[in-house]
Amino acid sequence: MFKVLESQMIVPNVHLLTFEAAAVSQQARPGQFVIVRPDDDGERIPLSISDWNADAHSVTVSLLNVGKTTGQIAALKAGMQIPTLVGPLGNPTEIKEYGTVLCIAGCYGIGSIYPITRALKAKGNRVFVLLEARSSYLLYWERRFEEIADKVIYVTRDGTKGLKGHAGRLPEILQSLGEPVNQIIINGCTFLLKRGSDASRPLGIPTTVSLNPIMIDGTGMCGVCRVTVGSVTKFACVHGPDFDGHLVNWEELLQRRKAYLKEEVVPLRTSRCEDHMMKA
Amino acid sequence: MESPKPPKKKLDLNRREMPKQPHDIRSHNFDEVALGYRAETAIEEASRCLQCPSANCVETCPVEIDIPAFVECVAKGDFAEGIRILKEKNCLPAICGRVCPQEEQCEGNCSLVKKGGQIAIGRLERFLADWEACQPEMKLPEIPPPTGKRIAIVGGGPAGLTVAGDLIKLGHQVTIFEALHKMGGVLVYGIPEFRLPKAIVKREVDYLVKLGVEVVTDYVVGKTRTIDSLLEEYHAVFVGSGAGLPWFMEIPGENLNGVYSANEYLTRMNLMAGFQFPKYSTPIKEHKRVAVLGGGNVAMDCARTALRLGAESRIIYRRSRNELPARLEEIENAEEEGVIFEFLTLPTRYIGDENGWVTALECIKMRLGEPDASGRKKPIPIEGSETLYPVDAVVCAIGNSPNPLIAATTPGLEVGKKGNIVVDEATGKTAKPRVWAGGDVATGAATVILAMGAGRKAARSIHEYLCSL
Repeated sequence: MFKVLESQMIVPNVHLLTFEAAAVSQQARPGQFVIVRPDDDGERIPLSISDWNADAHSVTVSLLNVGKTTGQIAALKAGMQIPTLVGPLGNPTEIKEYGTVLCIAGCYGIGSIYPITRALKAKGNRVFVLLEARSSYLLYWERRFEEIADKVIYVTRDGTKGLKGHAGRLPEILQSLGEPVNQIIINGCTFLLKRGSDASRPLGIPTTVSLNPIMIDGTGMCGVCRVTVGSVTKFACVHGPDFDGHLVNWEELLQRRKAYLKEEVVPLRTSRCEDHMMKA
Repeated sequence: MESPKPPKKKLDLNRREMPKQPHDIRSHNFDEVALGYRAETAIEEASRCLQCPSANCVETCPVEIDIPAFVECVAKGDFAEGIRILKEKNCLPAICGRVCPQEEQCEGNCSLVKKGGQIAIGRLERFLADWEACQPEMKLPEIPPPTGKRIAIVGGGPAGLTVAGDLIKLGHQVTIFEALHKMGGVLVYGIPEFRLPKAIVKREVDYLVKLGVEVVTDYVVGKTRTIDSLLEEYHAVFVGSGAGLPWFMEIPGENLNGVYSANEYLTRMNLMAGFQFPKYSTPIKEHKRVAVLGGGNVAMDCARTALRLGAESRIIYRRSRNELPARLEEIENAEEEGVIFEFLTLPTRYIGDENGWVTALECIKMRLGEPDASGRKKPIPIEGSETLYPVDAVVCAIGNSPNPLIAATTPGLEVGKKGNIVVDEATGKTAKPRVWAGGDVATGAATVILAMGAGRKAARSIHEYLCSL
């Protein structure tokens, strides 16, 4: 069993949970994920690691509450236990001397790109961070990023913080930086990954995206997470989750992610309202 | 009941049938198909055994069970002694009694097989194990004093469980690391409830725990911790991580929604209990027409699962019925239940709709030519014979490669062309000192009992090594 050490809704619908997970905390690297199962009847879902502390034996994940399982995890309170938290899975994000790197993140990806940003900086890179949200109230960890990054840029759909719009404004954002960017790394929802990759492709800037398809075991056994990258089928869990954003078949990935949309709704219709009560 | 050994026994070739759920009922439920012998039937069946001195049956048993001895105990009605003898060599009798291909092993070598009356050894094995499970108290074997030697086992499937059972009984300290949240490997994620009830796997695992085996689930060796790190704490490591990398057809349209690997389809159903969605959270689609590609036991399992969920279920196999690699018993069960077989048929592409869902499977008809390297007649496509099967799901059950996680993270192992860990067949020793391996990770996808046989050999070799320290 894995104990919840801390649980908070950091902005509406985005939750940060810290678990006691000694073995995982010793091995975790930026860009890896864990598979979590909230109860004995529960589903296994992958969640990106947002932080960890090997001394405190803790692992933190960020997630968006979108359905039954994420809802169950979001509703966990400190002191409660879950049966499964396994990992760290997937390959770590490649941390090397790129020169200048732009890290782009939104939603739960703001959490998972934080350790990547930190590691890139420690490696001696110049690191810019672009955080995207629908509105200013959905941004979090701004100060943490401002402390480590060379510059943090915000873009909000409604213009309440930073630029107005979305990651599609990447070309002008890059221009405003006044120096060439050697590498882009994107974490977040599939739309952000796609939009960022589409915008960087004509500029010829290598772009790494952290994919988030449906998974079950997370060890290459089931193959549900397969994605087409440069016309080759890859398993996101063991070959990824990081891939070249310019080579990913986005349309296929978006369709595969929607495979169980109909079933996602069933538990919401058939479960009791107490199951959906938010923590105080 | 006749006396144990009359001087001249009349040859009884009447192999006693084991009752089964009627096919029209079982095709609508997930309960076990075969119901097991009653005690009287078991005694009758066991009494047919000639107790021939050659005991050919033992020769073909991968785990060398003293078959005539336990059969004789059943004939005498001494079930307690029978199960004791069985468990000397096999710590998972309830499982082997159900899923071993006995027709190719013990029963296939029975002195009565030529006359068609081979002893139903598998059914008797199953009977004893189930009898024991109904007893108020399970007898535990005596375990010698602790040797102080520690062994880490990677993977809680049939190979790992066998090694654990053998080594714990010799006084060693055994820890099993399992990547999934339940012990049993393919026995829990792969083989369906109707062929091997999960309560039985749990019972066998619980028995090992009672003997003192330590079990750690949700632990991916190679990720959570490397083999090299385990070697710092343990005297020896056994790798039985299985064949967990599914093959696909590599034809157009394979990544459409509704196309599953057998591993995914069965894992959703078995390990995650998808057939009880939404009580269990892992969803499974209500498919109407399912095509299963392949002709092995796994393909039968998938097709029979789809059928039980109410779909029209079809096996697509490129050779003919004679070449089906599945056990005859499973083929017959599938046929009885209403699975449709399309023989000499090879899928060529998947066709999907605008939302990315598979809607049809295009196949080409085949004819059989000369035997190929496998000794089976080679299927040859018949030009212009393309056929379209409307489907809303396709399950690829065409095989698995060894899972690459361990090989990729363990320097010093020798890895074969197919991604298998290379071992010495007699001992299970790998190229890396203090590391043994066995089961599907060494051989590629095979059977439960072969994995157990490999586990037995490795356990013997590990024990020798530990005693030499």
